[in-house]
Amino acid sequence: MKKGFKIIVLAKQVPDTHNVGKDAMKEDGTMNRAALPAIINPEDLNALEQALRIKDQYPETQITVLTMGLPKAVEVLKEGLYRGVDKGILLTDRKLGGSDTLATSYAIAQAIKTVGDYDMVLCGRQAIDGDTAQVGPQAAEKLGIPQITYAEEIQEITESSITVKRRLESGVEVVKAPFPVLVTVHGSAAACRTRNAKFYMKNKNDESNIITWGAADINVEDEKVGKAGSPTTVKKIDAVVLQAKESKKLTSSDQDVDTLIKDLLSNHILG
Amino acid sequence: MNNLFVYCETEQGVVADVSLELLSKGRKLANTLGCQLEAIVVDYNLYNIGKQIYKYGVDVIHVADDRKLAPYQTLPTQKIICDIIKQEQPQIILFGASSVGRDLAPRVASALRCGLTADCTSLEIGDYEDKKTVKEDNGELRTIVTPYKDLLYQIRPAFGGNIIATILNLQARPQMATVREGVMKKEVYDENYKGVIKPFDWKKSVTDLDFVVEIISRQIEKSKINLKAAPVIVAGGYGVGSKENFQLLHELADVLGGEVGASRAAVDAGFTEHERQIGQTGVTVRPKLYIACGISGQVQHRAGMQESAIIVSINTDENAPINAIADYVVIGDVAEVLPKMIKYYKANSK
Repeated sequence: MKKGFKIIVLAKQVPDTHNVGKDAMKEDGTMNRAALPAIINPEDLNALEQALRIKDQYPETQITVLTMGLPKAVEVLKEGLYRGVDKGILLTDRKLGGSDTLATSYAIAQAIKTVGDYDMVLCGRQAIDGDTAQVGPQAAEKLGIPQITYAEEIQEITESSITVKRRLESGVEVVKAPFPVLVTVHGSAAACRTRNAKFYMKNKNDESNIITWGAADINVEDEKVGKAGSPTTVKKIDAVVLQAKESKKLTSSDQDVDTLIKDLLSNHILG
Repeated sequence: MNNLFVYCETEQGVVADVSLELLSKGRKLANTLGCQLEAIVVDYNLYNIGKQIYKYGVDVIHVADDRKLAPYQTLPTQKIICDIIKQEQPQIILFGASSVGRDLAPRVASALRCGLTADCTSLEIGDYEDKKTVKEDNGELRTIVTPYKDLLYQIRPAFGGNIIATILNLQARPQMATVREGVMKKEVYDENYKGVIKPFDWKKSVTDLDFVVEIISRQIEKSKINLKAAPVIVAGGYGVGSKENFQLLHELADVLGGEVGASRAAVDAGFTEHERQIGQTGVTVRPKLYIACGISGQVQHRAGMQESAIIVSINTDENAPINAIADYVVIGDVAEVLPKMIKYYKANSK
């Protein structure tokens, strides 16, 4: 039996959508990431936990976290290192800015190909800033490997295959795939562990386990990344103007609630 | 040629509601475009597929029917759809934003190098002028205008919650979009409509390698929560405050013969289960009565409930965005108002 696996975890730094300010969007309809508080995409943390569990069981497992974004996305890699990840790769380049999901998955697939040797790629099902759930399957397609989406639990891992329970809208499915495979992890999977004091001390002031790559390092064709490589165009952005209805204002007093119920009953809204 | 396609998702040969909804919308868009509506179905035992979907106005059904293709598997289905698209050159293809559609559509888009917009809340046909400014050799700036006719406007709320984005795919074809269940209305076009079946020779598209992912077991169950059919929905948001307070919503829903829904914030906070989420990334509902409890009403949530006949908002915040679309606004605490609603409903409904 193998003593370890080679795992790449894809993680994205996302704006905390619970704390969105007014400078969030640029005029061209793309996001102004610099203006927002940043967190690790929650489901990417679920994916990271799955990788760490494999490493707990097979200590020679090598985990690399890969992130694409602004230079400050290095924070994502640090958080990985504080939890026991071996290496972090930051993919950052102005050429990659403005990429839609297709161009993003191409750049990520190129970076994974540059890493080379891997058994599995783990990532969150979707990111909270777009909720598209596209980059995982698209990266798998570009790598020419199978995908398992919505993983809730890794049930078995052997030298050459992985068995995963998938969480579907209407039930569960257990599937088995050979390596290499890309797995997207569902938010219902185990939560990520907290930072480990030993790993924190070791990596706090040490950047030697972090590599920074630009577009040139991963061999991308310029016309396939950024705006040029993105088939989708934002035509327009409309601010949402609420058409205020004529609404009846009430308080929580007994009399008002009684009036509300009587109104609903007399209009046959309630039977 | 260049027709509008819908990928029809099936479970044991039965077409999913989300696909029927997309066929209904697809028929309308095809009429606007003056093109045909075609469907793709990949499953086993599809002998009554025509009977199920012709009436939604389907002109052609491309069928890959084989025991090996059921239940749904990503790789074979992707290969089949890509080859049908290459052969038929549709201008548009729509997928349900379901577990299957969200697994499949991105992979198809990647293989074809096409754009894909997820979770659209509206689809329209319209024109567009693309303006690009280029620098001439002599240093002068010149604007090049490229007109596009009859594009698919893929409309969805975007990040932040206060904007609606219209996304276009200018050049790559087909234009691809996913739509959640319940967003479009299921409407029979013509009970007697007849199209044709075109069997697809799938064995040319799929190799043994596409079956490497083995399905060990499956447990598919119909959700017990049926928000779409509920005449009354009592929905809770982050303002409900706790899982315990959510019990009050259940009590009111039981008394009124309704169902309990939730905003994403309430689901994320663990107050209730994910199946109850209403909004752009959840279910879209149109009940007779929607009682929003402690829901602020971000655009993603409103997208899933704004067509409710009557909306009651219960909120301590007078300025909650949802109040603007509510017919009744009760300023007050959910924990205080809901028991009173139960009390006065029982008193008045005799």
